[in-house]
Amino acid sequence: MNYNWNWGILFEEPYFDWLVSGVEWTLFVSAVAWIIAFSLGSIVGVARTVDSVPIRAVATAYVELFRNIPLIVQMFLWFYVVPEMVPDDWGRWMKRDMPFPEATSAIFCLGTYTASRVAEQVRAGIESIPVGQRAAGLAMGLTTVQVYRYLLVPVGYRIIVPPLTSEFLTIFKNSSLALTIGVAELLYQARQIENYTFQGFEAFTSVTLIYLVLTMIVVALMVSVEEKTKIPGYGIQKDK
Amino acid sequence: MIKKIIAAAAALAVFGAANAGAADFYGTLKKIKDSGTIVVGHRESSVPFAYIGPDNKPIGYSIDLCMKIVDAVAKEVGVDKLNVKLVPVTPQTRIPLIANGNINIECGSTTNNLTRQKQVDYALTTFITGTKILAKKTSGIKEVEDLAGKAIALAQGTTNERAIKNAIKDLGIKDVKILSVKDHAEGFLALETDRVDAYSTDHILLFGLISKAKKPADYEVVGRFVSFDPYALMLPRDDSAMRLVANRTLAGLFRSGEILDIYNKWFMKPIPGGKALNVPAGDTLETNFAVQAFPK
Repeated sequence: MNYNWNWGILFEEPYFDWLVSGVEWTLFVSAVAWIIAFSLGSIVGVARTVDSVPIRAVATAYVELFRNIPLIVQMFLWFYVVPEMVPDDWGRWMKRDMPFPEATSAIFCLGTYTASRVAEQVRAGIESIPVGQRAAGLAMGLTTVQVYRYLLVPVGYRIIVPPLTSEFLTIFKNSSLALTIGVAELLYQARQIENYTFQGFEAFTSVTLIYLVLTMIVVALMVSVEEKTKIPGYGIQKDK
Repeated sequence: MIKKIIAAAAALAVFGAANAGAADFYGTLKKIKDSGTIVVGHRESSVPFAYIGPDNKPIGYSIDLCMKIVDAVAKEVGVDKLNVKLVPVTPQTRIPLIANGNINIECGSTTNNLTRQKQVDYALTTFITGTKILAKKTSGIKEVEDLAGKAIALAQGTTNERAIKNAIKDLGIKDVKILSVKDHAEGFLALETDRVDAYSTDHILLFGLISKAKKPADYEVVGRFVSFDPYALMLPRDDSAMRLVANRTLAGLFRSGEILDIYNKWFMKPIPGGKALNVPAGDTLETNFAVQAFPK
């Protein structure tokens, strides 16, 4: 390999600033997308467990549509195709006047895609609760809404903290696909540093480490969430 | 006894000579000889330099030149037919792929500049162009200054991206929205769908994009040259033996004038999958060929 190493380049201006701004965009896109994914995913997930057949059908259709199309294809659809399908005025607004068109499209794409995955976890969590508990709740005179509000949702969510951690991590990693529609996130900045300096290996190594650190922080955060929310005596117990 | 010694010496001499012959190859040529394979990197939407033709194979001006070099390499390492492996590259991947040895030569539309020469090497200049702007006729853009308040798409990792960004900074052009796209095809898609008012890349590629557009009459190439871009085939760095084979081939084409036939095939006549670009070689390029037609 013929390569001239230069690690110092990462700390030179403006490359250091680019990396910092890349981290900011990655965090912003992932965090907002996660809020969408978590709220929408919760609604869809709960909807997949209710008795009403039409509501279940709509929720199932949503999940199957969004999780079965490759994420990168969805990025292109949101960015290039959706503005062409809506009325011209809206399309023009989406293409020109919407704040940060690239980032907004990416956030919606990432949010709705991850929502379909979160929905599946939520459904799994709720369905893992023995059916007798639901029956018991109803027998005590709780309404269906109350059964969900006080019983199924609180217990179900506690069970799915570990798989939700994975989804939360994945959204950070998937946010790198936003570069394909021009969002200046972390990986984009690494490429840009490479384009300007041709020190690609240094740039990509640093970005690898930054992603690793970000995801480790998320893991630590979610472990503490898991600790705080666990129900003593319920679910899988750690060996004492 | 003496006969035996002479025979042994002769055998040793022959063996030694054969050994010395093999040892002449190093770096890329050695790798090609050992594997019997040359790995050619090519672009996919650089019309007419290297693009995917109607039969899904990479074709173009640079590809033709590359194939001449591939033949010369085959002759150099003494193989009848080299196995040619085609690897698609993008503006972002082409330099690391050459630097880490994954591809042996890149055939596309790569500007030769000194920063890039820290990582890669180049063969002789095969084309000369510069950055210009492609705009919709209705946009009213006539010069780079007119970009004020408009949106322009730029391909990530191109010299044009930097040239336009620098021009915007140096000339103090206000309110320019920049959309970063992956490649020329996507940049043109953004322009076609009205997401941006202009796209910018090397002026010759802009003609290529227009020739493949749905409504070529809607677009025009405007303004002065914002940068100067000599194209060359990219080669691994610190490998003058490989570069010599490439340059000997190119100088031969320049000397014999065959280069103009290849040029006209791609720039003056209708090309597969599109119309003729009708861009004559012109004085600059013809002088470039003449100057680089080094004697044997």
